[in-house]
Amino acid sequence: MQTVKMVVTGPFNSGKTAFIGSVSEIPVVRTERRVTDNTRAVKDQTTVAMDFGRITIDKDLSLYLFGTPGQKRFDFMWEILSEGMLGFVVLIDSARPETFREARRILDTFRTYSNTPFVIAANKQDDEDAWPPEDLRIALGLDQGMRVLPCIATRKESVKAILLELLYGILENVAEEQPVPARKR
Amino acid sequence: MALKGNLKDVGLNQLLNLIYLAHKTGALTIHRDAGSVAARLYFKEGKLIQTALDGQTARLTDIMVQVGKLTADQAKAIRARSKVDTDKELGLLMIQNNVLNQADIIQGVKNYLLESVYTLFTWHTGTFRFDPNVLPAEERITVAVSLDHLIIEGSRRVQEWEHLRDELPDLDVPLKFAERPDVNIRNINLSVEQWKVISFINSRNTIRQIASFLKMDEFQIRRIVYGLQTAGLVDVLPSTLTPGASGPVPLPPPAPPPVGRGVLLRVIDRLRKI
Repeated sequence: MQTVKMVVTGPFNSGKTAFIGSVSEIPVVRTERRVTDNTRAVKDQTTVAMDFGRITIDKDLSLYLFGTPGQKRFDFMWEILSEGMLGFVVLIDSARPETFREARRILDTFRTYSNTPFVIAANKQDDEDAWPPEDLRIALGLDQGMRVLPCIATRKESVKAILLELLYGILENVAEEQPVPARKR
Repeated sequence: MALKGNLKDVGLNQLLNLIYLAHKTGALTIHRDAGSVAARLYFKEGKLIQTALDGQTARLTDIMVQVGKLTADQAKAIRARSKVDTDKELGLLMIQNNVLNQADIIQGVKNYLLESVYTLFTWHTGTFRFDPNVLPAEERITVAVSLDHLIIEGSRRVQEWEHLRDELPDLDVPLKFAERPDVNIRNINLSVEQWKVISFINSRNTIRQIASFLKMDEFQIRRIVYGLQTAGLVDVLPSTLTPGASGPVPLPPPAPPPVGRGVLLRVIDRLRKI
């Protein structure tokens, strides 16, 4: 059985667990624990080690999705989780600008681990306070070439669109064997 | 959809950059502290067109007085002749009475707008809200000011702020008068603000407390104390904070995963179907 792996990262409470849960065929293996520090005001439980989800591709291949811990004090796990990944998703809570700087830090850190493709997902676009993806891209100081995609992590179709966008990006970096299919969602 | 946040997370320069690059039209309202009066900046297609500080948009005559193009008496005389008190009428009266020409007025308004925004760069905390497509009242003048120079100047001021913060990282320490016999105090001219700070120097007052007494923000107090320090007049007790542990050194990038195109196409095909 061959496995491939993608990592879902982002600041605390950006929606990583929900993102994986929306597409995983198994109940997400969650390592959430009660929050004991001042982040408790935001949510009661958080991912302290990792989330794990799986999508069986066929009898010989599975896609694993790993969610990184959101709290800064567990960032030593990031590098371990990034080993061997195909690419990564940086999830941002579009309605909490106080986390944008942290999101940028996470993105920059992951880019030092690996030069694999990535996508930036502007999550919680259904929140009335959400910043539009293009505004978020400018606020994060990202290059024009870095697309920020709209996302609602609780909706399967939205998550699929993000993962497919990432996969197309990965595909473009792989030596040509077959023609690339047209992008559709 | 309004953009909301705090200046400590998204700075004014970042906001101006966003408005500039996205060619936004609307009003940016900033409250320095909860419940305080706001500054409101209006933009049209990515350009600054008007400001309202302390909740009020200044009349053209007040603006011209503030930028030194009219005296208070001239402004009073112009206002006395005004019938509808719009900036358009005030401007026409200034031109018809040969007090100012159109170029003077436009330049004066531009200078006023720039100075208004420059003062906001010293605000490092506070909430902001950008409401798209909100424009100023029609009776007040608007002049389009490009944001690129403003952003550059803003960056310079932010850098100055960061430099001051590096020089004076801890405000919870007291100041003391320097014991340097080589400093000739008679040759030093102090500003009113510097005198005010000096009057509070004793072993009990921290820099932060002095700022609080004098209603100065962190930027102002740092600039004044740094000036006094470099002039050799005051010393700051060294911070007792220890530098934080440095972060992990990133390892070299690992080799790309050995996955072929065929595997990726199978994953894409499956993902589309779930």
